[in-house]
Amino acid sequence: MLLLSGIWINAVLDILICLCLLFGTFFIVSTALGVLRFPDVYTRLHAATKSSTLGITGILIGAFLFMYVEHGIVSGKLLLGILFILLTAPVTGHVLGRSAYYSRVPLSDKSVEDEYKSNLEKVKEH
Amino acid sequence: MGDILNLTQSLIDISVIIAIIGVSISLLLLLYRTVKGPTNSDRAVALDTIGVNIMALAGLIAIHLVTTKVNDVILLIGILLFIGNVGLAKFLEKGVIIERDMD
Repeated sequence: MLLLSGIWINAVLDILICLCLLFGTFFIVSTALGVLRFPDVYTRLHAATKSSTLGITGILIGAFLFMYVEHGIVSGKLLLGILFILLTAPVTGHVLGRSAYYSRVPLSDKSVEDEYKSNLEKVKEH
Repeated sequence: MGDILNLTQSLIDISVIIAIIGVSISLLLLLYRTVKGPTNSDRAVALDTIGVNIMALAGLIAIHLVTTKVNDVILLIGILLFIGNVGLAKFLEKGVIIERDMD
């Protein structure tokens, strides 16, 4: 209202904010369903890191656009939060999966192959 | 012309309410996995996702209350979540968090 003069532009941006929020909510709910339904720690980790990153990116971009369009506030903390999540979520997933493997959490019955185990044996031989 | 702006404003309000309800439902599902989870690593994964969902909830509350004072909370939860998860993973793997190789 303050920065963009046209009413139509404002209405379209409002609808864009709604779409961002609903997109993020969809991916966060699908994260919860994946963590609840997958059979294994490693597949749960796959669901937990990737889609939750996408979901929180959608919601925080929606919040940033809302602050900018409706009130003219540029809130850099929201963009910094997106950057931080994008940096730390893969690291967290890797560290948690590695600790789960070394504390001997078994794979599920449906999993076909354990490549990491054969690689470790190959490293031990040399 | 003002009618359209009122319509889109109420659309934003409705979608924020829908998003808060969805994030709350996913928090309940993750809480079930945290309590039940067969091993401790499952609980660690579910706690990580609970932290990310709380960050999303703080962003949605910042929209709902129209304030920017909640935005610090998002960064703070993110940093504490990362450090806590790395410490928890080291504890699950080795049984200690800070190792001393000196002696």
